[in-house]
Amino acid sequence: MEWSWQFVEEILPDLFRGFLVTIEATILGSIVAAILGLVFAILRRSDNRLISRPVGFIVEFIRGTPLLVQLYFLFYVLPDVGIVLAPLVAGVIGLGLHYATYTSEVYRAGINNVPRGQWEAAKAANLSSFQTWRYVILPQALPPMIPALANYFIAMFKETPLLAAITVLELMNEAKSIANYTYRYIEPMTMVGVFFLAVSIPSVVVLRWMERRFGRIGQE
Amino acid sequence: MPDAIIEIDKVSKRFGQLEVLKDLTFNVAPGEKLALIGPSGSGKTTILRILMTLEQINGGHIKVDGEQLWHMPANGGLAPANEAHLHRMRAKIGMVFQLFNLFPHMTVLRNVMLPPILTQGVRKEDAEARAMELLDMVGMAEKATAKPAQLSGGQKQRVAIARALALQPKVMLFDEVTSALDPELVEEVLNVMRRLAEETDMTMLLVTHEMSFAHDFADRVLFFDGGRIVEEGPPDQIFTNPREERTQGFLKKVIAAGQRI
Repeated sequence: MEWSWQFVEEILPDLFRGFLVTIEATILGSIVAAILGLVFAILRRSDNRLISRPVGFIVEFIRGTPLLVQLYFLFYVLPDVGIVLAPLVAGVIGLGLHYATYTSEVYRAGINNVPRGQWEAAKAANLSSFQTWRYVILPQALPPMIPALANYFIAMFKETPLLAAITVLELMNEAKSIANYTYRYIEPMTMVGVFFLAVSIPSVVVLRWMERRFGRIGQE
Repeated sequence: MPDAIIEIDKVSKRFGQLEVLKDLTFNVAPGEKLALIGPSGSGKTTILRILMTLEQINGGHIKVDGEQLWHMPANGGLAPANEAHLHRMRAKIGMVFQLFNLFPHMTVLRNVMLPPILTQGVRKEDAEARAMELLDMVGMAEKATAKPAQLSGGQKQRVAIARALALQPKVMLFDEVTSALDPELVEEVLNVMRRLAEETDMTMLLVTHEMSFAHDFADRVLFFDGGRIVEEGPPDQIFTNPREERTQGFLKKVIAAGQRI
C-alpha cells in the first residue's frame, strides 16, 4: 500500500470536522469532570454518613467499571427507561462522570494538604462552612492540583475515540467511516495519530509549565 | 465570683481512653486576665480549644457571656448545640494560635479585613479602615500588602492578633502564642499583648510557657496538672510562694531550664 498525499488532502476536511468534535467533547467532558469531581470530593468529606457513604460507593463503582460499558449504558440502555440522549451529550456525560471519579481523588488529596490550622483559623474567624471552603480552603487547595487535573484532561482527550462506539462523529469515527468506504486505512489512521499528537505534545509542554508555576504556593 | 463571663462547670474531655480534663470547674470574671500554666499534656490548651469550639466536651457545661456554649435550651431542658448556635456563640470569642494560621494566599490586610466583612456584614471600606488601625496598633501597617510568607514569625503573630481583634470578641484566647517563635522575636509579640491588656477591658485567657510574662500580665494564675487545676491564685502567690508540691516542682523545673519568673 502506497501513501497518497492527494488522498490525505481529500479526507482532511472530514477529519478536521471530526477533530473539532473531539475537542468539543474533551472540553465539555473536562468541565463536567472538574465540577463533579469537586462535588464528589466535598460530599465524601461530609460528617453525615448518609451522604459520605453512598457518594463514596458511587465513586468507587464508576471508577471500577470500564468507560466503554458506561457509554453503552448511557446511550443504548437508558432509552429503555425513557431517557434518550444525543450521542455527544451521552459522550460528554460519560467522559465527565468517569473522569470525575479520578479528579475527585485529586481534589481529596489537595484538600487534605491544607493544614488543619487553616480550618481552625476559619472557625475562630467564625466563617460559615461555605465561606471556609470558598475563601480559605479551595483557594489554597486548587492551584497545586492544576497539573494533576490537567493530566487527567489529557488522558480523557486520548480516550475520546471510545465515543465512536456510541455514534459520535469524532475524529476516530470520521476516520473509520472514510476507511469503510475507500478501503484505505493507512492515511486516515495515521492522520488520526497526527491530530492527537498535535494536541498532546503541546499540552505536555504546557503541563510542565503549570507544574512549575502552580506546584507550590506561598506556604507559611 | 458574682458576675462571670465564662463559667466552666464540671467539664470533662477524653481523647479515646485518655482523660484530658476531669470535672474541671472555674469561672472567669469580665475583663480578667487569666494565665493557664502547667506541664505539657495537662489540659490547658484543650480548655482553650473547647472554648473556641474546636473540640467538643464529653461532660459538663460551659457558659460564655451568660449563655450555654455547647448546649442550647430545648423543651425546658438543654440539648446539644447545633451549628447555628455555635456560630452565634463563636462571635463572642477570638483565638490566636501557636502556629499563627494566617491565610497564606491573602495579603496581611485582607487577612484582617475579610472576617468582619464575611461574618459581620461590615462594609469593605470600614473593614479596611479598621484593619489598618489594628495593623498600626500591632506595628504592622507598613506590611499591609505583604503576604504572610514574607513575614517573620513575630510579625505573623502580630498580624494574627490584629485579625482576631478585628472581630471584636469579648473573650480572647491566646494559645502558646510565642512558643513557635525564635527567642529574639518573642518580646515584640509580648509587647503587643501588654498594650492590649492595658488599653482594653477584654477578657483574656493565656496559655503560656513564658512564666515572667504570665507573672506581669495575669490577674490570676491557674496551675494545671493531669487535667485538673492543682492550684490557683494571684501571680505573686503562685510564682513566689506556691503551696502545692506539684506547683513547686513544676516551677523548679522551669527555673532550671533557664527561665526567670
